[in-house]
Amino acid sequence: METAIHIIYMVASVLFIVGIKRLSAVNTARSANALSAFAMLLAMVGALLDVAHRGEIGWIWVGIGVGAGSAIGAYLALTVRMEGMPELVGFFNGMGGLASSLVAVSMSVFIWLAWGEVLSASTLAEVTTVELAGLAPAVVGAVSTGAPKLTPDNAITIILSVLVGGVTLTGSLVAWAKLKGVMSGGQIFLPGHQAINLVLLLTVLAAGGAALFVIPIGSINLLYQLLAVAVLASFILGITFAIPVGGADMPVVISLLNSFSGIAAAMTGFVLYNNLLIISGSLVGAAGMILTIIMCRGMNRSLANVLFARFSLTGSGEKEEYVNVKSGDPVDAAISMANANSVIIVPGYGLAAGQAQHAVRELQIMLEERGVEVRYAIHEVAGRMPGHMNVLLAEANVPYDNLFKREDIEADFKNSDVALVIGANDVVNPAALSDENCPLYGMPILPAHESQQAFVIKRSLAAGFAGMKNTLFESDKTLMVFGSAKDVVSGITQELKEQ
Amino acid sequence: MLSPLLVALYVFVLAIFVGRELLTKVPHTLHTPLMSGANAISGITIVGALTCASFGSKLAAIIGMLAVTAAMINVVGGYLVTDRMLKKFRRKE
Repeated sequence: METAIHIIYMVASVLFIVGIKRLSAVNTARSANALSAFAMLLAMVGALLDVAHRGEIGWIWVGIGVGAGSAIGAYLALTVRMEGMPELVGFFNGMGGLASSLVAVSMSVFIWLAWGEVLSASTLAEVTTVELAGLAPAVVGAVSTGAPKLTPDNAITIILSVLVGGVTLTGSLVAWAKLKGVMSGGQIFLPGHQAINLVLLLTVLAAGGAALFVIPIGSINLLYQLLAVAVLASFILGITFAIPVGGADMPVVISLLNSFSGIAAAMTGFVLYNNLLIISGSLVGAAGMILTIIMCRGMNRSLANVLFARFSLTGSGEKEEYVNVKSGDPVDAAISMANANSVIIVPGYGLAAGQAQHAVRELQIMLEERGVEVRYAIHEVAGRMPGHMNVLLAEANVPYDNLFKREDIEADFKNSDVALVIGANDVVNPAALSDENCPLYGMPILPAHESQQAFVIKRSLAAGFAGMKNTLFESDKTLMVFGSAKDVVSGITQELKEQ
Repeated sequence: MLSPLLVALYVFVLAIFVGRELLTKVPHTLHTPLMSGANAISGITIVGALTCASFGSKLAAIIGMLAVTAAMINVVGGYLVTDRMLKKFRRKE
């Protein structure tokens, strides 16, 4: 039986590898996702066979958990609006972390109880109420020899699982709250922030270590208390880890937490000595890390800089005032675009916040009917998660061949008649190219200022996340159109219809 | 004979390299679905959670049940939302 279960796990591992590979190509992505879901089902069947095979199975607990979890997950997934996708992905990351943390705690409680029983029993045969087979091989070995302490291997893996799981959970919840607007999206720093993080990390390791290595058997309450301290400290560490990261850096944090959720699963695999968990967790860890690196490159900043650096304003810290800003209305934009050959649309977070994706699609159709070429220029870090703009525009039925990544379109701005910037700010700031004092300096941008004319749809002249002036807004070629993205874009479309 | 921890470490390190090599180029269109699809896979913790929920100790089993719930939210929600997104991606007609 055990062999059969392991073969099931092995097949599932292979399917996950194939699934994640095919998930990275457009034509195969959807079937790959189904394949990976099938692998998950297979893994669950394997796990249930495994516990059933061992005899006692808490079908009630299993049933409640599976039923409630599936219902909540399905409800959230099927009702979410596409604009709310970053929050939801953040939340799901957190649930993965929570599961890892809980499994580690459950394992340590169980191992402890099993041991107590072994010690009070004179032979292994007397160990009845707690079945030993549920334990990892190393533990079973230690228990059967009656060794009165936890193996170091197990203690280390459980502590790491608590740590990574806990940080993933609360870090994701902070990201969720920031994205949802429950919490301010700005950077929050505590005095001595990094020192606090270090102390928290050491607390998790020390409390976990004390609980599992040092405390003699029989002191179950002390075990609980120390475990609680370790779990709590990991939760706080997740919070202090995520609060300094500002709104515009969210794509990095979301993909990093995605990576963490995989590593947390792999850590659980170490606790259980289950290769399936280790393999699939590592795949997710690697995928999240690759996205994180892509996001960091998009900002030309290091991961450490995104996570730990305080974005400071230049000089005295006062915001610079705008001068010579010209503003217009949708009519001006409509006239320019009607006469253009080529229009490049640069979407940003404002497109999501204003739910303007459908309005933009209508504008695109209207322009294309007039023979205007319409392309979308997508910056890696536009929006609040990797690929945010692509998902939004796909929802509005914009074909993905109309979407161009930064490297493929940046050279075309100078040949385009109109650049229409919708709710994007930092990713089109020319100061990033020229001003060495600018916090954005060195970040690759979409050069909207190079097109013949630029229209910027924005609610106000409020500064972007970097808190600094956008020199595009002062350019002679730029006309600001103030208002919500949806209203302005619909206004332009309406105007084009009437012309 | 290697200790189980070392074997697990081998598997871990090799799997990370496999993951890195698998995803050499990810089209930007797929950044979000890749993230949420991968996230659903991280719900594989369900395997551990199911083991815990069936523990003989009641406390361990209840904590295990909570782990099953969290992992299932991740699994079911992750796969469904990824499918919803991928369904939307289309080429020019």
